[in-house]
This record gives sequence, C-alpha cells and structure tokens, in this order.
Amino acid sequence: MTARRWVGWGLVAAVPLAFLGLFFVLPTGTLIARGFSTGGSLDLSGFGEVFSRPRTWRIVGLTFLQATLGTVFAVVLGIPGAYVLYRRRFRGQWLARALVTVPFVLPTVVVGVAFRSLLAEGGPLGALHLDGTLAAIVAALVFFNYSVVVRTVGGFWAHLDPRAEQAARVLGAPPWRAFLSVTLPALVPAITAAASIVFLFCATAFGVVLILGGIRFGTIETEIWIQTTQFLNLRAASVLSVVQLVVVGAVLGVSGAARRRRERALHLTAVDAARERLGRADWAPAVATGLVGVVLIALPMLSLVLRSLRTSRGWSLQNYANLATTGGRGVLTGTVWAALGNSVRTAVLATAIAVVVGALVGLVVSRRPRSRSGRRAIETLDAVFMLPLGVSAVTVGFGFLIALHRPLGLDIDLRTWWGLVPVAQAVVAVPLVVRSLLPVLRAIEPRLRQAAAMLGASPWRVFLAVDLPMVRRALGLAIGFAFAVSLGEFGATSFLVRPDRPTLPIVIYRLIGRPGAENLGMALAASVVLAALTAAVMMLAERWRPASAMGEL
Amino acid sequence: MARRLASLAAVAALALTLSACTSGGQAKPSSTGGTSGSTSASARGTVVLVTHDSFVISDALIAEFTSKTGYTLEQRAPGDVGALVNQLVLTKDAPIGDVTFGIDNTFASRAVSNGVLAAYRSPAEGTSAAQFDLDSSNNLTPIDYGDVCVNVDHGWFSAKGIAEPATLADLAKPAYRDLLAVENPATSSPGLAFLLATVSAFGADGWQGYWSQLKTNGVKIDAGWTDAYTVDFSGSSGKGSRPLVVSYASSPPDEVPAGGTTAPTGALLDTCFRQVEYAGVLAGAKNPAGAKAFIDFMLGDSFQAAMPSAMYVYPVSSSVKVPDTWATFAPIPSSPFSMDPAQIDKNRDGWIQKWTDTVIG
Repeated sequence: MTARRWVGWGLVAAVPLAFLGLFFVLPTGTLIARGFSTGGSLDLSGFGEVFSRPRTWRIVGLTFLQATLGTVFAVVLGIPGAYVLYRRRFRGQWLARALVTVPFVLPTVVVGVAFRSLLAEGGPLGALHLDGTLAAIVAALVFFNYSVVVRTVGGFWAHLDPRAEQAARVLGAPPWRAFLSVTLPALVPAITAAASIVFLFCATAFGVVLILGGIRFGTIETEIWIQTTQFLNLRAASVLSVVQLVVVGAVLGVSGAARRRRERALHLTAVDAARERLGRADWAPAVATGLVGVVLIALPMLSLVLRSLRTSRGWSLQNYANLATTGGRGVLTGTVWAALGNSVRTAVLATAIAVVVGALVGLVVSRRPRSRSGRRAIETLDAVFMLPLGVSAVTVGFGFLIALHRPLGLDIDLRTWWGLVPVAQAVVAVPLVVRSLLPVLRAIEPRLRQAAAMLGASPWRVFLAVDLPMVRRALGLAIGFAFAVSLGEFGATSFLVRPDRPTLPIVIYRLIGRPGAENLGMALAASVVLAALTAAVMMLAERWRPASAMGEL
Repeated sequence: MARRLASLAAVAALALTLSACTSGGQAKPSSTGGTSGSTSASARGTVVLVTHDSFVISDALIAEFTSKTGYTLEQRAPGDVGALVNQLVLTKDAPIGDVTFGIDNTFASRAVSNGVLAAYRSPAEGTSAAQFDLDSSNNLTPIDYGDVCVNVDHGWFSAKGIAEPATLADLAKPAYRDLLAVENPATSSPGLAFLLATVSAFGADGWQGYWSQLKTNGVKIDAGWTDAYTVDFSGSSGKGSRPLVVSYASSPPDEVPAGGTTAPTGALLDTCFRQVEYAGVLAGAKNPAGAKAFIDFMLGDSFQAAMPSAMYVYPVSSSVKVPDTWATFAPIPSSPFSMDPAQIDKNRDGWIQKWTDTVIG
C-alpha cells in the first residue's frame, strides 16, 4: 500500500477512533483506574479480595451460563426465522419483519413485569413454576435478542446468490444437504456476527436478570451495579469490570477466529430478486418461525396490549388518553407525548452519529491489506468497536462524570453537555451498525473494486459505484437498528438525561415505579406506543431504497 | 513517514471533535432558556440541582422560584439515591451542581463524612422541620419524610376470615405463611429500610434469627419495589397472589378508586421505618447563594404543599395541610422504627451481606 493510501485510511479511521476514545475508553478507563489506586499508587489487591469470595466465581459462572444459553437458543431459533423472513416471500412479510424487532426496544422493567405476571404463583403459567428460574431469564433473553439474529443473518442471506445452492439441488442433494454443505458455510460470518452481539447483550443484561432471576441469579453486570451505585466499592467494581473486558475479549477472539476461517468473497446480488414464495417444502422453518413468533413474541406483546386496555372500569382507551397528562397526581414533569418527542429527537441525533461513525469503521475494517501488521491493526480496530456492548452501562455512566470534567486537560466541562445523551446512545449503537454492514462489505468481491480503480475511478467513486449499491439494504437495516437502540436505551441514559427532558423509557420506568392503577396503566400504554413507534421505524428502514446511489451519503 | 502523518491526522480529527463539543457546551444556556420561557430568568444566573430519579417539580413551581429569586433552575438526576450520593462523592472536587436534594437518612452519613456538603442553616427551617435534623452540623436540611411499612390487602383477609397481622413478629407466624413479599435490601431502598426496621426491632443479635423464621414462613424476595408491588401484591392493579408487601405508608390512597370512601389496602403502622430526605449546599458550588435560595424555597409553603401528591412523602413543615385523602387513608405511624444514620452507614454493607447469607443461603 502506498503512503498516500495509508494516510487516507488513517484519516477515515481517526474520526471514529477519536469518538470512541473520548466517549468510551477515557471514561471507562478512568473509572476502572480509580478502583485500582489507593492514595495515588497502584493497588491490585482488589483481585485477590474479589476472587477469594466463592460468590464471585458463582456469579462469573452464572453470567456465562445464561449468556451461552440465551445465545444458543437465539441463534438456533433465529436461523429459520431469517430464512422465512428474508429468503422467502409471503403476504404480510413486511409486518412480521417489523414486529420481531419490537421486543428489542421494550424497557426491561416492563418486559420483566410482563413475564413475571405470566409466570408468578397464581399467574396464567404459574403452574409451570418458572418464576425465579434460569429458564425464565433465558426465555426473556431470547425474546429480546431473537431479532438481532433474524435481521443480521437475514440481511446477509437476502443478498446471497442462490445459484450455488440451486446447483447442489440440481446435482441431486436433498434440501437439508444443500443447506448444510453450501448455504450454512456461506452464512457463518453473519451468524458469528449475530452470535457475538447477542452474547454480549445477554452477558450484560441487567433488568431482566434482577426481576426474573430473583436473588439467586446475580451476574457480573448486576454485581457491578450493586458495588458501584449502592456500596461505592470501586475496588470490587473495577475488578469485575476487568473480568467483563476479559469475557468480551474472549468472545470476540473466538468469533473472529470462527469467522476468518469461513470468510471469503461471495457472490452477492445487489437486489434480492431471487426470493421465491414460501412454499410447502419450507414447512419446517415456517413452523419453527411461526411457533417462536406466536409463543415467544406475539403472546407477551399481546398480553401487554390487552393489559394497557384494561382499566378499573373495564376495557377502555383511558390509559392512552392519560398519556397527554402528567400522571396520576403529577408524578411526571411533562406529558408522555412530550417524552416521546424528546426520545425521537435524541434518537435522530444518535442514529446520525452512529451511522456515520459505524460506516467509517465498517469501511476501514472491511479492507484486506496484504501486510501482516495491516491485517492485525484491522482486527484490533474491529474488536475495539465492539467493546461498548460488553461493558456495564454503570461503568460508562459513572466514568463520564469523573472523566469528562476537563478531559485531556482542556478547559471544558462535558459532563453536563446536552449532547451527551445521544452520544452515549450512539456508542452503544455503533457496534450494531458495524455488524450490520460488515458481512456485506467484506463479502464484496475485491476484484470489482480493483477493476473500477484500474479504469481510473477515485476511491470515492469506487465506493459509490461498487460498495454502496451492495450495502444499501444493510444500511437501511443499520439505520433501523441504531434508531431502535437509541429509542430503547435505558442504562446510560438514566445517568445522563435531564429530568425535565426525559426520554420515553425513563418516563415508563418512573410511572411503573409508583402505586396506583392509573400510573401502571399509563406505563403499559406508553410501552405499547414505544413498540408501535419502533415497528413503524423498522418498516421504513426495511423499505428504504435510495432512488440512486449517487449523493445519498 | 506515513505513520507519522496518520497520527497527525488523528490528532487533528480529535481536536476538531473536541472543538465541536466545546461549542455545543457553550450553546447550552440558550437552549435551556425555553423551559422557563423568560428572558429575565437568568438575571442572577442558574442554580443546578442534583437529585434522585424520583424527584418531581412542576413547571409552575419552577416559575415561582424564578420569579421570587431571579434564579433559573436546572436539574440533574443521575439515578436512585445510592447512585446520587456515590456520584456526589466521586465528583466532590468538581461538583456537577450547586444544591442537592434527596439524600436520605440511610445514606446521609456517607455524604457528610466524605465532605460533599457545605454547612447551611436555612432561616426558613421552622421548629417542626428542625425535629428531623440529622445532627447539629447543619450540613443537611430536612425537607420531607415518609415511612416504609408493610401494606395489607384488606379484602383478601376479610374474604378468608383471617385476622390481619399487626406487628413484625406476627409476620413470622404460621398463620401468615406464604403471604409476604419484600424487596432485596441490596438493590432496593424500601428493602433496605425494612431490613433496618427488623434490625432496630430485634437488635443486632436477633434480626438474623427473625429473618430465618420469615424464610421458613415462605417470604418472597423481589429485586425491587415495582415487581413486588405490581406483580406479587394482591392489593394493586396487578392482582398478585400475596396480600402483604413492603411498600410505603403513603401507598394506600392511590389504590382508592375515584370517589371511594374506603381504602382497599392499608399500612401496618407497627412495622414502619422512618425515612427522612434532606437538601444540602454542595461544597465547592459555583452558585452557593442560589443553592441556599433553593433550599429556602423548598421549605416554603408552596413547595412543601406540593410534596405529598408529586413525591408521595409528608412535608416537614407543619404550616401546610396534607391532602384530605391522606388524613383518611395514609395516617402517620406514631412510633416508627428509626436508627442513627452513622450506625446505618457503618453497618449497612455488613448487614446486607449477613442478610444475603441468612435468606439466600
């Protein structure tokens, strides 16, 4: 690679690196460092202290167990879902695609209460005795993360040239054989991308673990929260944060290795015209997807909708009418609709930041430099941008407060800057944007780019003519995901948001934390509104097709 | 050479990002002007309040504060009371505000002993408020109080023909087996208050034995108030299966249907722990005069009168009237359990640890 191109790619990488450095590495690093310093000198005795407790090992084990189970089930159930929703076509598919994404943004406290209402003693499913069990936690984790697998794998699958599989069929392979030996290997990069995201989400799950697991199922994440916000034991919290980072590193290492073994340029098609109608031969994935869709996703959401329509005086829209008020006795500062406005404004900003940063990361990381050091630099960059998914929101939130007063010695105070909320949400959304774009970007035949360059196209022109048309669907997906993450983000937002400008999840959390049927009813109605908004945004993102590739970015 | 150029470029980009951030930061005052909607509002500057996520102040009260004092109010709420206090401790060298509200007697000692607060004795603090003073240091000014009590579903007990329990000791009796839901003290503020009630009732030697009995008697432990009250409690609109739950003395009025004359739920007044919430001037505040003005305002009649309905707590001032429904449905316990805040601060972590060992095993 020539020096000029190094500078060019260095510049492209510099913007996201500066962003991540200032708004993630600096705050998190400062807080963790604070836990390891006593009177100004390094003190690592916290490790011995924390690891000598049997509780720590139990918690680490439980974290792995629930995250592994959650990931395995989400992937196994999600692959048939991706096939049915993205590789085949049927009437109402657009609606189904949007609906499976909704759980992803629902506030965990609402989902926790909804699941527990079904499972608790005396509830409709109380006889199963699932309240406070690992099974309940795993079910909720799959509920949240199913769409991550369906969309990440599906978005890639839709572009996969079907001719290889068709050739296998013509040569006499039964459908399952063609799938296992031709399609599945091609899907591995997308599957590992989805699995690593889901694992990190599961490993850092907070609300559902606390509410559904009762007291027996603490995880590293819940323990960090308790040690930081309740006990002010930063030594223990920092040790646990390091453990979290090691877990993230291990997961990324394993998934990276699995991906590299499989990843190669594939025949991708820019348009997914090759989709056939869902037919009789597809009964197995169709039944699997239908079951998951109905039992795991539609039922809990339906019970949420029904409960939002129930009031002390029978069925009515009263809870929805109340969204224009400030709650039972004025427990809110503004109306729920005002909070919705705040949420949308914040999400637009966060999405813009996340898509720009994520697209730049994706472009850099999808290069294949010939030199070993170049490849290693790119692998590191790839992993670094995934870190925010695996690190506790508490660590980031508290880190902002101690690190962003005069960051890097500059005379500014970013701790109280209004833009911190969209920025924090974007930090969490960037990994999803990158993961949505990368499988497609990486699979683009490099010779296409080389050919364009040979014919005299500038790098920018190569991007517009080669990369962008392929990546358009994935970009729509990425925008939708980023928007959804921002709409649903609670952890970091709760530490940073201004109470007079709360987002919708903050308001829901506040309403459900007060006695009285009216407040609970409003919280449920507001959750349904959040769900409907997400579904609408996802439908738009699905259908997003720039008229022409030119001038769209 | 190429590498050096790349790193130069990185530095340039970082500088660009930062300068963008700075201008964003400076643009802030103009963007906050919208909430108060008055140009004279910032005549005397801004007071920054740091509080917990249950704090509520209406726009009308903010406007009243501004017109009375000339200060604009800006709020931050970085989490629950634990998160609030811990953040104040971590940022004490460069505080994120001028005045704080919401530190309660379970966390007060941590805030005071870490030097987070500056002493201030408000002239607005009358004798009825002064009886809630933390100590004589004037670091914290009492603003409101409330009681964490076991709530009972009257209808459940009358339907079953069982007498309602009255005391903490009753809750451990076989007649009340599998009827009580409580919150984990490690993750919940009412859960911690209830643990403190049992420590103060049964003493340092007896409380673990009491909890073993509760465990044998089938107590349900939930992570937080929301799932205990809305999922497990039979007296809430969630219609759970347990007629006893740890909640607040102020919860019953909200379960009274509109126009109702009897409350379907009530608080067991002999099971209560008293929580007092304080305000204080932050040490190193940029605007200490504004901080003091806000504390005075919080003790004034209009703010005190708004506290019951907005925050579900009782005002410390005796010169304002609590809502009628409260007098009827939320009587104040005459002798709630309480504890020296210094003792709470010293033992909290150890008690929670022992509680976990006893109850979870």
